[in-house]
Amino acid sequence: MATPLVVSEVAKSFTMHLRDGIRLPVVANVTFSVKAGECVVLGGPSGVGKSSILKMLYGNYGVDEGQILMEHDGKLVNLATAEPRTVLEVRRATLGYVSQFLRVVPRVSALDIVAEPLQGRGVAIEDARARAAELLSKLNLPTALWSLPPATFSGGEQQRVNIARGFITDHKILLLDEPTASLDAKNRAVVVEMIAEKKAKGTALIGIFHDEEVRDVVADRILDVSAFSPRNAAA
Amino acid sequence: MTDLATYNFAYLDEQTKRMIRRAILKAIAIPGYQVPFASREMPMPYGWGTGGVQVTASILGPKDVLKVIDQGADDTTNAVSIRAFFQKVADVAVTTKTKEATIIQTRHRIPEEGLREGQTLVYQVPIPEPLRFLEPRETETRKMHALEEYGLMHVKLYEDIARNGHIATTYAYPVKVEGRYVMDPSPTPKFDNPKMHMSEALQLFGAGREKRIYAVPPYTEVVSLDFEDHPFEVQKFDKPCALCGAENVYLDEVVLDDKGGRMFACSDTDHCEDRRDCGHAGHMLARKEAAE
Amino acid sequence: MSAVPLLKVNDVSKFYGSRIGCRNVSFDLFPGEVLAIVGESGSGKTTLLSCLSTRLMPTSGIVEYHMRDGQYRDLARMGEAERRFLMRTDWGFVHQNPADGLRMTVSAGANVGERLMAVGDRHYGNIRAAASDWLERVEIGIDRIDDQPRAFSGGMRQRLQIARNLVTSPRLVFMDEPTGGLDVSVQARLLDLVRGLVHDLGLAAIIVTHDLAVARLLSHRMMVMKDGAVIEQGLTDRVLDDPREPYTQLLVSSILQV
Repeated sequence: MATPLVVSEVAKSFTMHLRDGIRLPVVANVTFSVKAGECVVLGGPSGVGKSSILKMLYGNYGVDEGQILMEHDGKLVNLATAEPRTVLEVRRATLGYVSQFLRVVPRVSALDIVAEPLQGRGVAIEDARARAAELLSKLNLPTALWSLPPATFSGGEQQRVNIARGFITDHKILLLDEPTASLDAKNRAVVVEMIAEKKAKGTALIGIFHDEEVRDVVADRILDVSAFSPRNAAA
Repeated sequence: MTDLATYNFAYLDEQTKRMIRRAILKAIAIPGYQVPFASREMPMPYGWGTGGVQVTASILGPKDVLKVIDQGADDTTNAVSIRAFFQKVADVAVTTKTKEATIIQTRHRIPEEGLREGQTLVYQVPIPEPLRFLEPRETETRKMHALEEYGLMHVKLYEDIARNGHIATTYAYPVKVEGRYVMDPSPTPKFDNPKMHMSEALQLFGAGREKRIYAVPPYTEVVSLDFEDHPFEVQKFDKPCALCGAENVYLDEVVLDDKGGRMFACSDTDHCEDRRDCGHAGHMLARKEAAE
Repeated sequence: MSAVPLLKVNDVSKFYGSRIGCRNVSFDLFPGEVLAIVGESGSGKTTLLSCLSTRLMPTSGIVEYHMRDGQYRDLARMGEAERRFLMRTDWGFVHQNPADGLRMTVSAGANVGERLMAVGDRHYGNIRAAASDWLERVEIGIDRIDDQPRAFSGGMRQRLQIARNLVTSPRLVFMDEPTGGLDVSVQARLLDLVRGLVHDLGLAAIIVTHDLAVARLLSHRMMVMKDGAVIEQGLTDRVLDDPREPYTQLLVSSILQV
């Protein structure tokens, strides 16, 4: 219970068949765990595999070897080998993700995009919308935008919709991929505060933050991803 | 009649009659089911009753009394020709009296007078397949009959109500026979549909061009399709027959002059004459008598 | 999460003489799951869809369906009457060309109501109310209920076809290139509609498409087919974000970025 995420000896490489099948090792021997209420920030120079690790944790990237164990519904699930529908179920109930970019769905309003994950967990639409409205106003998104599909929003506005969507549920594990990248200082502070609230509630957070100021405030621990470089593993 | 020897009795050769009788027997055994048969060329064009004539020819015996009606009338071209045909090729007795006939060949009507056991009504059928206008593929309609998939029939009635506010189909109104096969009763007015239900007479249907025979044996359930909230209804006429004063019969509109004068009179001419012989008179007759 | 698959596909192959339609396809489809089958023309995806939906008989292999009574039935061994009944009640089939799935000469209302009448609904008022309700759900104006689909645009026809299929609350819907012949803007609307309906109704669906954006938006899982065989399958965003097979990488890299 205290450690909802354990990553053990995970390795990942890409084989680029369109470029004569060259194999690009990304990371190897990734081993770490995150405790409940802890925020672990992935550090290291860009291109070292921080985003790839996050995507493996979410299931977007396959894993060559190793285990990604998550506590889901009272059981341990190895996301590295789980069936697609198990992955989706884990995402629905246990694993949240705030990406840098919002995948816009045509014709769905900002408010409903934010409310959707709650609805997926069985919350009535009115209650989900009320909670969504709360988060959007906290993030200072103008009320006039709530009923519009976010396709035409600015980057910062989309980002805030995305954050609200990611934070609305009480998922036990939350992945944060540069959630503050295109935000102004005021909204950055709001996100920092929201992260602190999640920690207080016992959520395990794993994030990438390039903004050092934010990183230093939220991080309990910085994990240097260069340690998982395949070159190190080979040595 | 002369020259009978040059024809086999009732025109068709005996092998053909046997083939048709087998089809008729099968049709009687499976009420409402369309039995294919090897329809022959007849000395009349398709559409003039070639199917009905072949059925009549196959069941006709020397002692039968034949009546032929066309839209209820004994004296229209089609009826007169077919009657003359059988007089010539079978030398059978003919009549216009519904009561006296043993076989009644009909185009598009059922006599008003209730039929009884021992009588046979032979319908001339242009298009035997009730699903045809909705489903053009014969392979598919056969399958639909086989699997009792009749939702499409109600689609047709639905369209009627959607377009007209009520079921506007007035003739060839589809029926379900013995709770199984949906059947086209030939283009009789739906007014006649209730007469088919539990009829004491045998009803045979012949489609010459389409090469199908089907049947409703005596005392068979025949139910007109409908919706719960739009139940089947027959046509109603607000006036009685202008000639015999009959009510609850099917009336034809007869145009009297070019000034818009018209009257409604029994389509069943025998029934109308019968009533007049018994002293009934509609308003046209009464007026005529007053004028005389 | 239901633990029992709705459809169990075991080693299905279809040969046209010596030519391969599809071969050795196995997978389970669970209730509420949307599976996209992608691949280029001739890769066998439509053949596979036909085999699964009993429109074609597989040369070998078994397709089993979890009936409403809780039993699994081998579709190939089912009687024709039962199979056809299943197809018009518990299943839907959305054709690429709406004219293949609609009756073009009867009204929109009757097109939607036909399945209800086929299963014995005999109340005109109820049938019409259900038809109106479904037309509204697929965003066709109620004032068009008595118009024939001949008078509809391609997008409307496709939406009507979907309504016609969903009126009996099927549990499984097959879709063959549902956005195939439509303009991009019309496609987006249709995809969004299908996405919403699938989600709200908890439908399981198998969608054949060559459009990866359709797969991305609608499906949970996808299978990539080439030369009749499934060469890669998995969670949709895994396959699209991290394609493994050379052919899948080619497919993904061929998407035009706007």
